[in-house]
Amino acid sequence: MIQIKNIYKTFNPGTINEKRALNGVSLTLEDGDFVTVIGGNGAGKSTLLNAIAGVWPVDEGSIYFDDVNVTGLCEFRRAKYLGRVFQDPMTGTAADMQIDENLALAARRGKLRLWGWGITAAERQEYKKLLQSLDLGLEERMTAKVGLLSGGQRQALTLLMATLQKPKMLLLDEHTAALDPKTAAKVLATTDRIVEEHGLTTMMVTHNMRDAIAHGNRLIMMDEGRIILDIRGEEKKRLTIEDLLHKFEEVSGEEFTNDQAILSK
Amino acid sequence: MTLVSLLNRMPGDVAIGIIWGIMALGVYLTFRILNFADLTVDGSFATGGAVCVVLITSGVPYPVAMAAAFAAGLAAGLCTGLLHTLLGIPDILSGILMQLALYSVNIFLLGGANKSIGVGKYSLCVSMLAVSISIVMEIIIAAVIIGVMYWYFGTAQGSAIRATGNNPAMSRAQGINIGLMKVIALALSNGMVALAGSLMAQLNGFTDVGMGRGAIVIGLAAVIIGEVACHTLFRKRTNFMLRLVFVIIGGVIYYMVMGFISWLRVPTDGLKLFTALIVAAFLAVPYLKGKASSSFRKAGRRGADDL
Repeated sequence: MIQIKNIYKTFNPGTINEKRALNGVSLTLEDGDFVTVIGGNGAGKSTLLNAIAGVWPVDEGSIYFDDVNVTGLCEFRRAKYLGRVFQDPMTGTAADMQIDENLALAARRGKLRLWGWGITAAERQEYKKLLQSLDLGLEERMTAKVGLLSGGQRQALTLLMATLQKPKMLLLDEHTAALDPKTAAKVLATTDRIVEEHGLTTMMVTHNMRDAIAHGNRLIMMDEGRIILDIRGEEKKRLTIEDLLHKFEEVSGEEFTNDQAILSK
Repeated sequence: MTLVSLLNRMPGDVAIGIIWGIMALGVYLTFRILNFADLTVDGSFATGGAVCVVLITSGVPYPVAMAAAFAAGLAAGLCTGLLHTLLGIPDILSGILMQLALYSVNIFLLGGANKSIGVGKYSLCVSMLAVSISIVMEIIIAAVIIGVMYWYFGTAQGSAIRATGNNPAMSRAQGINIGLMKVIALALSNGMVALAGSLMAQLNGFTDVGMGRGAIVIGLAAVIIGEVACHTLFRKRTNFMLRLVFVIIGGVIYYMVMGFISWLRVPTDGLKLFTALIVAAFLAVPYLKGKASSSFRKAGRRGADDL
């Protein structure tokens, strides 16, 4: 269970660029929950993900992974509980290292890295099988540098790396936004398969309302650093884009204008 | 300026070149693997020489003196790493600060600006008095260092250092303590540089606080010359082991070229100018080659034909 209790974050406090990015966010995710997060630019979606990942400390509030309070843990210490895929395909992998070496790095997430081999023969066999499951032919190119892969291939690989050791939570930060529609659909299908296979607790930020509705068992909408909508269960299954737009107007009391173009794609 | 004098000086040049190559392995670690422009080396190279000479002249056997030089280099790199990771000082600046600090440390260690070991008084690892044996010793040391580096960068920790240099954001997300990895890599790199400094001091029979001046440029020269040579000879078949070997070869080529230039009776004061020119030339070659195969001027000419 993931518990986020009343967290606040303000960037550049006391300056003209002051931005209250998270304004008292509380959220509890049950094990196996797959929640999609939508909202306009600057609503706080990515900020929420970064707060959970520990990119910087929050100003107030606390974050629990099961009964572990991770609020005071920095990014690399928190990494042992988290699998992450980023918006930019370049971010999630080491371009100058081989495909199998990248997987081996991920397999050691949260473990002490000493002088044992960085990758073993047994691991290579295991990775070969895992790469086959992606159906991208990467199992034939295990010693190729990751920098040679396409954006979609890199995102699929990052997804595999994020889940190689079952994380307490999988964080997907608009991980298909930089891909063409066909590749994006393939990566999303792979995401669904992996999440289901391992029963992962997942949070997926997206700009695409259709994706947000089609994936996961729960949907939250953010605005001005707050969660303004939380839809789950049967209601989520029946949800349509029109419902969502209507609900947004109902909750926020505003016309859906500025972000409409981005959200209703 | 006879050919005989050029041939006569060659073994000595090779002996010096291999030492620069060993130093360049340290530079390779920070510059290429960690992606950190570490300028500490100018200081830590002289520190290695100073520690080694002071210990040998006080009767300590040379293996112990060289181990102490290595340890002194580790400490210097550790300080650079802590300046960078704990105090947030940018990479180049932390190196410059340490280089500056080490200058005083080295004078303090030597009790002056230079110190000589004295001919034939102590047994040494390498010496200009026995050049061929020295070259063999240096090759053995270089081979051991390359072997250890090859092994280390295949371990989990070595892989984490490579990942840190390649993609810090990804490394943090994979739970790598990138600050610690930088400190470890900087310490090891400067340890190797100081070890090379201790060899140079023994080879020359004396050491000088200015011995490391320009060492970073020589290190980069060796790394880059080695890379160009390795790529020319092996193309896509290069691997990590070959790259390390070619750093040593790069050091030797660099110093042979310098030897050739001084054989041409270029005044000693002009040598640094030539170092800069050689490095600039080797840096420019891959770039110009790339441009030659795909340039706007040629594209323009081809485009003009279509009219």
